[in-house]
Amino acid sequence: MSVLFRSIRSLLLLELVRGMALTLWTMFTGRRVTVNYPYEKGVLSPRFRGEHALRRYPTGEERCIACKLCEAICPAQAITIEAEPREDGSRRTTRYDIDMTKCIYCGYCQEACPVDAIVQGPNYEFSTETRAELYYNKDKLLDNGDRWEHLIAANIAQDAAYR
Amino acid sequence: MIMDLLLNTVWPAVKILLTILVVVVPVILGVAYMTLAERKVIAAAQFRHGPNVVGPFGVLQPWADALKLMFKEVILPAGANKVVFFLAPMLTFALAMLAWAVIPITENFAIADINLGLLYLFAISSLGVYGIIMSGWASNSKYPFLGALRSAAQMVSYEVSMGLIIITVVITVGAGGFNLGNIVEAQKGLWFAIPHFPMFVVFFISALAETNRAPFDLPEGESELVAGYFLEYSSMQFALFFLGEYANILLMSAMTVVLFLGGYLSPFGFWFLDDVWMQPIWFVLKTSLIAFVFLWVRATVPRYRYDQLMRLGWKVFLPLSLFWVVLTAGVIVGFGL
Repeated sequence: MSVLFRSIRSLLLLELVRGMALTLWTMFTGRRVTVNYPYEKGVLSPRFRGEHALRRYPTGEERCIACKLCEAICPAQAITIEAEPREDGSRRTTRYDIDMTKCIYCGYCQEACPVDAIVQGPNYEFSTETRAELYYNKDKLLDNGDRWEHLIAANIAQDAAYR
Repeated sequence: MIMDLLLNTVWPAVKILLTILVVVVPVILGVAYMTLAERKVIAAAQFRHGPNVVGPFGVLQPWADALKLMFKEVILPAGANKVVFFLAPMLTFALAMLAWAVIPITENFAIADINLGLLYLFAISSLGVYGIIMSGWASNSKYPFLGALRSAAQMVSYEVSMGLIIITVVITVGAGGFNLGNIVEAQKGLWFAIPHFPMFVVFFISALAETNRAPFDLPEGESELVAGYFLEYSSMQFALFFLGEYANILLMSAMTVVLFLGGYLSPFGFWFLDDVWMQPIWFVLKTSLIAFVFLWVRATVPRYRYDQLMRLGWKVFLPLSLFWVVLTAGVIVGFGL
């Protein structure tokens, strides 16, 4: 008997019809979950690891002390730092480059940083038309820091409780 | 002298060209919007919006796609056979367009109202295999070759049962049954989809296999063959394959409509709905409905395994359609219809 029922069921395409009914129902009644990306954007976690930035103290002094921990820990070896003492005797970087085409956005650099100088901000829309534009230098990174400081500071403050 | 030449040679040529344009332009437009409809229908089934940026509701998307494809570089793979490689997409596209010549759009309009229209249609759709085999072979690459082999085997297998179903329809129509116009006229009062319902379903499923659509899209099988036989194609070559494929879908929909859903006949025989000028509208509506089912199926079912595909073609559809031919013939002879 069960063989009979089984063959009848498959001959009448019952399961197929049921599946088709479900998709048709969805087509006309389903809610839409699309985020219309350029016009609407998803919510980001404060821990989101996006474009890099070099931060400054409120005085305007740059935070980075050229300890090179980020350069050492970077698994993709995307960071290149050169440093020498400034006129006032403090250690500063003369060169701070990140090759964004090598970066894997692991976040180790910001974890390694003892002074919260290098951070990964909330910006993820920094695509370029040429490769050369993705070789960031110190000016670009400091500029990013100035531009995104309010969001970066807010994110760090929000996440501070968990560190 | 000049007038004579114009009247007897040039004017008929211009006239037939215009007639062809009357059919081909809407078909190409239909194909363009079929791609948009596909994306919209599948999106709707998956809780998405689909293309909605280019123009209101994305209605200009096909034009954007076409422009993009036209400006792409034509790439000839190393070791490809140049002539065959470029001929294959043209052949596919030309064949897909050629078949529309015999489709009756109203009771007195088809580009070529030939007596063996159905055979012509069947022959042209079978020739489609050549475009695929040529592209697969000429690409000199393993994925297209495997895709082409699968596609050819699949199309040949399902053509067998399609042929038997066509015979069923022809038997039912009786004398002159190979003329598509006669087939449609014979469905006045009762569409063949009702007495031949199982064959209607089998024909539709075979049409899915014939056009390499989901759930029988093994020739394209993204997961194992990347894109199948048109993997190496780019730019307008790719666009021609794409147009050809979708034109084939529309053609198969039109064929289903002509054979089973009463072609251009109106479903209600009253008031102005039955007029001649309404016939193309009914035809387009019915064809769109079947084409929608093509997309609907794609949005619903997963891909078949290759042995399942062959089993379905040879061990289920072939006996079933053969049985139905015998049954139909028996009923017609037995009851003297």
